[in-house]
Amino acid sequence: MQDSLGQNQFFWNGDGWFRDLLNPSTEIGARFADALLRNLAFSLVALLIEIPLGIAIALCLPRRGWTIGPLLVIIALPMLIPWNVVGTIWQIFSRADIGLFGAALTGLGLPYNVTQEPISAWSTIVVIDVWHWTPLVILLVYAGLRAIPDAYYQAARIDAASRWATFVKIELPKLQKVLVIAVLLRFMETFMIYTEPFVVTGGGPGSATTFLSIDLVKIALGQVDLGSAAAMSLVYNLITLTLCWIFFTIMTQLDRRRYA
Amino acid sequence: MGADIVSDAGLAEVRGRSRPVAAGSLSGALPKLGFAVYLLALMLPIYWLVNMSLRSNEDITSRLAFWPHHPSLEKYFFILGDPTWTHAFLVSLTYVAINTVISVTVALPAAYAFNRYHFIGDKYLFFWLLSLLMAPAAVYAMPFFNLYYAIGLFDTVWAVALAHCLFNVPVAVWILEGFVAGVPREIDEIAAIDGYSFPRFFIRIFLPLIANGVGVTAFFCFMFSWVEQLLATTLTATDALPFAAVMTRSYSVAGMDWSLLAAAGVLTMIPGAVVIWFVRNHIAKGFALGRV
Repeated sequence: MQDSLGQNQFFWNGDGWFRDLLNPSTEIGARFADALLRNLAFSLVALLIEIPLGIAIALCLPRRGWTIGPLLVIIALPMLIPWNVVGTIWQIFSRADIGLFGAALTGLGLPYNVTQEPISAWSTIVVIDVWHWTPLVILLVYAGLRAIPDAYYQAARIDAASRWATFVKIELPKLQKVLVIAVLLRFMETFMIYTEPFVVTGGGPGSATTFLSIDLVKIALGQVDLGSAAAMSLVYNLITLTLCWIFFTIMTQLDRRRYA
Repeated sequence: MGADIVSDAGLAEVRGRSRPVAAGSLSGALPKLGFAVYLLALMLPIYWLVNMSLRSNEDITSRLAFWPHHPSLEKYFFILGDPTWTHAFLVSLTYVAINTVISVTVALPAAYAFNRYHFIGDKYLFFWLLSLLMAPAAVYAMPFFNLYYAIGLFDTVWAVALAHCLFNVPVAVWILEGFVAGVPREIDEIAAIDGYSFPRFFIRIFLPLIANGVGVTAFFCFMFSWVEQLLATTLTATDALPFAAVMTRSYSVAGMDWSLLAAAGVLTMIPGAVVIWFVRNHIAKGFALGRV
């Protein structure tokens, strides 16, 4: 709510920063609204891919046998790579001239170019996130599946329930707790995503991958517009908090209704 | 009767093992194909990382090579032969191990309490834990720095281990609570009737029942602490410099050393792979109840 004019002199700006930020007709407001929408779309797409894919892969994993160990190790590998290395791998991997991913897509005749094409850049960030974090969902769901007592499956078999019915009536309700955690963790991380776009695309081309956190750093450190940046981080944090609270409440309400 | 729970659980496990078709997993050609495609897609970037680590920098940036034409382990020998790197590797392992032990031990009773007891504001307190994850780590870096500097913890493995509890404890509590909820309350009651003291019940009966959850939680704590860089780098200077901090050096000195970074990346995957190998049986352990 204050701004600095240098030499540690601050002036009082009331709610000015907030009014500008939340008003899409101002420059900063339009920028914020854009970044917010872009980020929400990104989080939504990432969640819609990662959660169903994670459940499906967890269901495909064998329940016992010697293959479990090696398979779990392979699946967990992407998560164990530090953030900066993930960015570096993909920086090379997605280049059309020296990277396999980029070369393969260009070879298929797609106009793929991370530094030029907004759609390529945006979808590359989604692919990276899916590659990096679907394993988290898989491991959580797999452990959750294994925690379902055998008696439930025996009951399903006695009732001659179909595979789909077993999934919807037994597995999904029992996985609910684990899924709440998976959804919340993934939502928070995709909503605050920074390193991947920063390293791979730098927020560009144009502003195609300028997500909220990237925009925030640009405003705060790039333009040294501390007042706007501070207002933006507060609003950003409140949005994250509210959305998580909504997810949490909806998912726990469903639970309560089921056992009521 | 309490002992029966345990022995019956064992019996059910044996019965389960003799069943030819595993219940609860997908079988058939299409899921198998999809699974194989996913594994392939997952492995490709990792293969590329290994590929990069065996090639020279000029080779990486000049052409597309599906396999290293002149493979060399030079970068690996460089890392393993340099005391800065090996020391940093051990430092990282130490604080991650300390953090995992603290997080899981603290989170177990907390998760049990959140699920089994009701108190004023329990739902809000539970949610508040998660809100600690909603701010970027950078927000906490300065307060931690000041605090640790004042009490002399700065640049020690404990500084990083304790700072990482900030996000690992909430994650652990949340995951474990889900698994605690899966255990019927009747188990607690039966054990109490059978004369189990609470600590004995918790360790002998309850913990084995949520082994999947503990396995997954331990791995996640390890993983999140292992890949976290910002706090680890800010809170250390020389004695407890983490692996990640040494890794970022490969950017600045004479341009980007892609090959060295790739080799370091390959090496960082090994400890986590070992951890998940050790907890694999816990994660995949079937839940089997005797009489309820």
